[in-house]
Order: sequence, then C-alpha cells, then structure tokens
Amino acid sequence: MSSSASSASTTAHPPGTHLAHHFQTPAQQFEAAVQGMWLFLATEILLFGGLFCIYAVFRANNPEVFEYAHRYLSKSLGAINTVVLLCSSFTIAAGVRCAQLGRSRQSATLLGLTLLCGLVFLGIKYVEYQHKWKEGLLWGHHYRPEHEASTSLHAPPEAGTADTPTTASPLADPDAPLATAPAPTPTDPDAPSATFAPPALAPPGLRGATAPLPELTGAQRVHNVQTFFGVYFLLTGLHALHVLVGLGLIVWVALRTLGGAFSPLYFTPVAMVALYWHLVDLIWIYLFPLLYLIH
Amino acid sequence: MTTINPALPADQPPAASVPLNYLTERRGWLSWLVTIDHKRIGVMYLVSILTAFLLGGIFAILVRTELLGPSKTIVTADTYNQFFTLHGAIMIFLVIIPSIPAALGNFVLPIMLGAKDLAFPRLNLLSYYLYVLGAVLAVVSIVMGSVDTGWTFYPPYAIDPTHARFGGVIPVLLGVFVLGFSSIFTGLNFIVTIHKLRPPGMGWFRLPLFLWSLYATSIIQVLATPVLGVTVLLLILERALRFGIFHPGLGGDPLLYQHFFWFYSHPAVYIMILPAMGVISELISVFSRKHIFGYHFIAFSSIAIAVFGFFVWGHHMFVSGQSPLVTVLFSLLTYSVSIPSAVKVFNWLATLRGGSISLKTPMLYALGFIFMFGIGGLTGLFLGALATDVHLHDTYFVVAHFHYVMMGGALIALLGGLHYWWPKITGRMYSETWGRLAFVLIFVGFNVTFFPQFIMGSHGMPRRYFNYPPEFASLHQLSTLGSYVMGIGFVLVAGYLLHALFRGRIAPANPWGGATLEWQCASPPPTENFATPPVAGDPYDFSDLEYDPAVGGYVVRTSGAAGANT
Amino acid sequence: MSRHPTDSDQPHPPLGHVVPLPVLVLTLLVLLALTGLTVGVTVLPWMNLGRLGNLWVALLIATVKATLVALYFMHLRYEKPIIAIILCVTLAFVILFVGLTLKDTREYQPSIQTYRAADPTRYAPDLYNK
Repeated sequence: MSSSASSASTTAHPPGTHLAHHFQTPAQQFEAAVQGMWLFLATEILLFGGLFCIYAVFRANNPEVFEYAHRYLSKSLGAINTVVLLCSSFTIAAGVRCAQLGRSRQSATLLGLTLLCGLVFLGIKYVEYQHKWKEGLLWGHHYRPEHEASTSLHAPPEAGTADTPTTASPLADPDAPLATAPAPTPTDPDAPSATFAPPALAPPGLRGATAPLPELTGAQRVHNVQTFFGVYFLLTGLHALHVLVGLGLIVWVALRTLGGAFSPLYFTPVAMVALYWHLVDLIWIYLFPLLYLIH
Repeated sequence: MTTINPALPADQPPAASVPLNYLTERRGWLSWLVTIDHKRIGVMYLVSILTAFLLGGIFAILVRTELLGPSKTIVTADTYNQFFTLHGAIMIFLVIIPSIPAALGNFVLPIMLGAKDLAFPRLNLLSYYLYVLGAVLAVVSIVMGSVDTGWTFYPPYAIDPTHARFGGVIPVLLGVFVLGFSSIFTGLNFIVTIHKLRPPGMGWFRLPLFLWSLYATSIIQVLATPVLGVTVLLLILERALRFGIFHPGLGGDPLLYQHFFWFYSHPAVYIMILPAMGVISELISVFSRKHIFGYHFIAFSSIAIAVFGFFVWGHHMFVSGQSPLVTVLFSLLTYSVSIPSAVKVFNWLATLRGGSISLKTPMLYALGFIFMFGIGGLTGLFLGALATDVHLHDTYFVVAHFHYVMMGGALIALLGGLHYWWPKITGRMYSETWGRLAFVLIFVGFNVTFFPQFIMGSHGMPRRYFNYPPEFASLHQLSTLGSYVMGIGFVLVAGYLLHALFRGRIAPANPWGGATLEWQCASPPPTENFATPPVAGDPYDFSDLEYDPAVGGYVVRTSGAAGANT
Repeated sequence: MSRHPTDSDQPHPPLGHVVPLPVLVLTLLVLLALTGLTVGVTVLPWMNLGRLGNLWVALLIATVKATLVALYFMHLRYEKPIIAIILCVTLAFVILFVGLTLKDTREYQPSIQTYRAADPTRYAPDLYNK
C-alpha cells in the first residue's frame, strides 16, 4: 500500500485539478477518495447487517409469522422496484463513465435518468405504504388488519378470503386448530431444553383464569404477526430513507455537472455518489427476495 | 539508521526570532473554528476531552461521596442512578473512546508518518464538530430527561415511558448516534492516511508502533461503531414508535438488544486500550534508550486484539439468559483474546531489561500502566470463567476490573502520552517535580480507590447500588478516600500543565530523544509539518542521538565515531 | 466552480479505469435475467425445495446479483485488491454477528415457546391486555 507518488514537487499543482496540498498526484488523491468511500460503504453494510440480523432472528424463530404475513405484500410491485433500481444502477454507472471521459452533458442526462428511476421507486413505495396504512398492517400496537392475507399458491386451505374480516378470535376456542404452520408445541417438560415448567396460575398482570377474553382485531390465528410488519417497515423504511438521501446527492452532483465543475481529472463527487447509489441497490437486491418472496 | 535527518537543524533558534508555527501562523477564533489543520483539530479535541473528563470526574466524586455511608448520604436513590449513568456515559463515549485517537492521534499521526495532513482534512473537522454536537446532546438530555438506566440503556427499562421525561433516552441515544459517526469518520481517515500517505521508504514494518495501534483501532472503529449506530436507532424507534423489536410485551426479544449492544461495546474497549498500548510501546522504548523488543510481535498483536475482540461480546451476557452453548463458546474465545495482550506486556518487559531507564514523568505513567493493566487484565480472566462469573457478575469486582483497565490502563496512557508530546504540542516543558508528585498521588489514589472494590465485589457487593449492608462500609470509605487523593492528583496535573503553557521552559525539538519523525520538526511544528518529505528509517534506533545540554534536548550526533550510546 | 472544456478529446488520460459500455449493458441484462429467475423460482412448483432450501436459493441468486453489481458497476474488478479486502472483511463480520446471534436465539427459543404456549395471552401481553 505504498504511496504511488513520484518525486513531483509539492508546491505547484496543475490548475483545475483540485489537487489538495497533502497529495502528490491526482491519481493518489482519487484512490484515497475511493478507499474512503468504500470504508463508508462498509459501515453502511454493517448498519444494514444489524437490520438483517433482526430479520433473521425473527424469521428463524417464527417462520409461520413470515410465511403468513408476507402474503400481504405485492410481489409484482416489489419486482418492478427491483428492476427500476437495477436500471438506475446502470444509468449512474454509465454516468460516471461519461464524467470520466469529460462528456458532461451526457453525464448529466444519465444522472437525471437515475433520479427518475429513484423517484419511481419511491413512488411505488409510497403506494405500498399507503396500502398498508389503510389496511391496518403496521407494527406493534398499530397492527389491526382489516382483512386476512390474500390467498396465494401456497396458502393453506383454511386461509380466509380477502374481504372476510375475522370476527371470531381463536382465543374464544383455545382448542381451535391454527391456520398455517402448527403453533409451537410446548416441549416435553422432562426434555433437557425445557428450562422451567409453566406456572399453574397466570402471573399477575396477565388475564386471570376467569377474566373475559379481550376482543382481538384481525386474524390472530398466527401469533405475533405484528412483528413481521415491525421488521418490514424497519428494513424498507431505512432503505427508503437512504434512497431519499441518495436522490438528494444525485441532484447536487447533476447540478454541479451542468455547471461544468467536473473534468476527466476531477469527477470524484460523481464517482462517490454513484458508489453510494449502488449500495442502495445492493441492499434492495437482498431485501426483495427476503421480504417478498418467502415460501 | 535513525529517522533523524542530520541535514535539518534540530536546535531551537533564539527566542527573539521564533519562527511561525501552527499555533501562531493564523490567529483569532475563526481561524480555529474553520481550521483543517490536523494539529489544531487535535488541540481542540484535547481541550474538549479534558473538559468532559472534568465533568465525568465530578460525577465520579459525587458517586463515591454518596457511597460513604450505607444509606442515603447526599442524594436520593434516583439521583444516584442518574449520577452513575452520567459518569459512565461521559467517561466512555466522551473521554476514553475518543481520547487517544482524536486528541493525540490527530496531532501525532501525520507528523509521525511523515505526511502533511490526514487524507481527508475537512472530514476531520466534521468529526470534531460531530463530537461536540453529540457530547452536548448526550449530556444535556441525560440531565433534563433524568435518565437513570446506566450507560448500557437496557430495554425494557430504557423504553419504559413512565419514569423518564423529555422522551427519556431518545435524545441521549441521538447524541450517542452522532458521536458514533464522529468515531467512524476518524477511523476512516486514519486508515486511508496510513494506506496512501506514507513517504518513500516507510514500509509497513517501518511504521512506529503507535501508528500500528491507531491502525488497528481504526479498523475496529469502522467495523464496530455502525452496529452501535443501528442499536441506538432501533432503541429510539422502539421508544418513540413502539416497534416491538425488543419489547416482550409486543412480541419482541430484550436479549437481542444485548447482543446488538455488546457487539459494539466489547470491541469498543479495544478502541480504548489499543492506542494506549501504542503509546506505552513508544514510551518504554524511548525512556529505556533501547530498541523495542519484538517489534513484529507487538505490531501483529495489535491486529490480533482488534480481530479477536469481535469474537467475545457474549461474555457480558453470561447470566442474562443467553443459551448455554453460546455461553461456553464465548468463554473459550474470551481466553484467546488475552494472549495478544500478554504478548505485548512481555515484550515491554523485555525492552526494559538492560535498558538505560530514566524515570521521567511519561515513563512513570508507562510503568504504572504495565502494573495496573496487568492487574486489570488478569482479573478479566476471573470474569471470563463461567463458574466464577456467575458469582462476580454485576458486583464491584467487575467495576474494579474495568476501572483498572480503562482508567489504570487507557487513562494513564493518555496522561503519559500527553506528558510525552506536551513539548511538541505546546512548545513548552512542564515541571518534572510536580509531574512526578502528581503521578504518585494518582497512582496511590487509584489503587486505594479500586483495589478494595475487588474485595468488596468478591464478597458480594453489587454494583450500581445506592445503599449496602454495613459490613461493606469501611471498604467503601477507603475507596472514597482514594478517589479524593486521586482527584487532588488530577487537579495538580491540570495546574502545572496550565502553568507550563504560559511560564514553562521553551522546549527543544527533541527533549526526550525519540527517534520517530515527529521529533525531527520544531516544537511546536510549522503548519505544513515538513517542507520536504522526510526519509524514513528505523523508528527505534537511538544510536545517532545524543543529549546536548546547550539545547536542553537531543540532537543528532555529528561526530563520525560509531556511537556507543546505550 | 471552475469551468473546463467538456468535449471528449481531453489531453489528460482519464483517472482510473473506464468500464466499456458493452460491459455495463451486458451486466444489466444478466441482472434482469437473474431477477426473473428469482421470481420464477417461487412460482414454479417443481422448484420448491422446502422452506430452508428456498431461502438458500434466494440468497444465492441475490449474492450473484450483488457480486455483479459490485464487480462491474462499482468497478471492484478494476480496483486495487485492498478494496475487495475491505468488502470481504466487512461481510465476514456481518456473517459472524448474524450467525452467532441467530444461533443463540434459536437455542433459547424452546424455553420461550414453552412459556408462551401455556397461556396464549403471553405471546404479546401488551396487545392482549390493552
């Protein structure tokens, strides 16, 4: 990793090269910028890595929740978003290439196309979120589904249809069979993995044995469906936030390109913004199958 | 061959014609606030960090004072909880984590490397402003929100809205998030600088060990801190929007938070200790006038500590409900991480052996480090063993352990490094007598404060407790007495250092006889550090240096005779 | 902002490697095809490998797509090795973190399920008792 510096004089840099005083050559400066940007991308990968960990933990431990709830998502909208982002990655990579070759107008056009793709992505996301909001498909306390998850190729026969709100709570009849995957059965108390036996009486704070059962809203045949939507909004929400930031950066760089700020000797901001945008695309490449295509 | 270039003058010109340096070249508040000079940014960090240390220290004294008596002494239980939350959060996030890399590293790294600045000077300034923003946000919001969760912010308590005001932990966590980015950007800057800005001849194995340690630290900063970022983000969302990830009432898992939190916070302790160890490597070698023993081992052990430190986070969760399988795995791995640390200690001791040791103030701190880090590190082994940890977890044993390594280790090394590079940063020498006296007070005070806590902890005294059974009273009082002595020591340090700023002897370029590149330029350095890129040699070869009483420092020997120095 | 000539006959050679346009186009086409494959795999019943198998297939296809984006769109193929090292080390640590955390949660799930199954309101008491 030795410096690529020649014994060039450090006092007079060629004008217009934006070469800082502590670098020897433009190539050295550009490589440093690339390295710095990749290190920043590494931090973003770790940030989303944490979110993927949440996903993995909740899905692995409650697979029936994910299998059931993901049917509320629209596969076709997700696929369109994937295609849109892939195309935007292409346009911005081509845009960097044009900046490298000094073709500012083409570069700006390609950046504009990238911006357009990004806006389409956000538009589709807005449609999806709006649908969730209307249907009460949110996280935690806010989970109050209007309808059952729509039937799909892999739906079990007892799944309700899209326009039949569930009125009966499974708790009204504790012996009713659960809709999709069987409820996790209590492990054998004598087995090594059971660490304690359930208490005979419900602990204080939970309902007593004879208290009336609270009315549950929506289909609660699978327990804790709201956790899926917590994970869903966490992942896609933070991703959408990054898309928004990326769009702002693209606008900034496109305007600078139009103003003639870049040349083959200095196009670093374009390259850096492009790297960031590719990361946004990379994350969506994983989000799409993990959230939309569970089966 | 040393790194000192004999062609450059090493002595100081007469005081009447002091050349411009980074402090004097531009004047005025604005020139400091918008500076991109790494030296000025380092100085600003130093001032901010020492201020934060004062604040955290005040809370420490308040905590210790409350513990003088078995029941309420000066404050209520809730206030006490807020005191230790503030003490912990300030010391960890505002002092120990940034201190050596940001305050000393920012100043020294480019000069020691032979570069004119860090790779991204403006990012460096941004790092500093993020530090200030995060610090203000965190401290103000802990105070206003009466946050009493401890610096670890465990859910469900941390997300419980009933006991906190002003959104509880949310603004604090935002402050921590911002501080995290300050740390990430500093680490990023250091990595790219060391990769791309080395002068000709400075291969990896010509780097001073302080730079190796900063490099390893930066790797941790870049890899671990983002996980802290996502952790605090998740906790904020949990508290603000009740997302249901960690809250068991909504189907979440609170232990998951601990996995997330400690995946950062364990490597964070290596962020704290690695630069400290790097400082000690420099000090031991220079003040023994002897080449560091086992350079390659020390260099590689820094990387090993950085990597292994990521494998052991579960040892903070042995009794939290973690599964037995994973618990055993983490215990085993915890033992492995002690090995590279031990390698360093043995190499330092081997360096001392046969050396010409001078007990100047920085050396006293270095020797104190070896003693106290030794104790702190060894007591970590008790905590890494499962059977004993069940008994010792959440007791004062843990408190004593981490104070020995963080304070007796990292903070002592910060003070040692501060005294070592003080002449370079300020251009002044401090009083050696007062330096030694203050060290003795700090050393004795520290051990009197924290050694009894090992005993208390093994006898069952829990940590974070406001009151305690009377049988612990005498040990607590001894501990508090020690903390007051230590406090006096720190006040003395502040006093003579401030005095030195205005009245200290003018420092020569090389007062201690160091062979690394920063001693080649004047004290204080000019803004551009070096007019021409220096030539790198062996940073621990002192054979060409001799003490010149006329200058009051070391100069390159100009006679042709082969030096029988040391 | 200084002005520079914007046509392509610059005397200076470009900084870094210029990816040929056909490479970019080909990469995009392959990516689109792989996206179709990812969706197709979930639709065709004969490709159903069970829950875990389907997950690994999906991750594998996603990884191939991600690799293509990184190699060609992000120039990883043409950069110095240090960049690839940075990426691989990062991914290794993500896998370490996710893997160990996942393993731990899987190991202690049975005790949670036992507790919850005994009384269904324990699944999410805040919702049931609101």
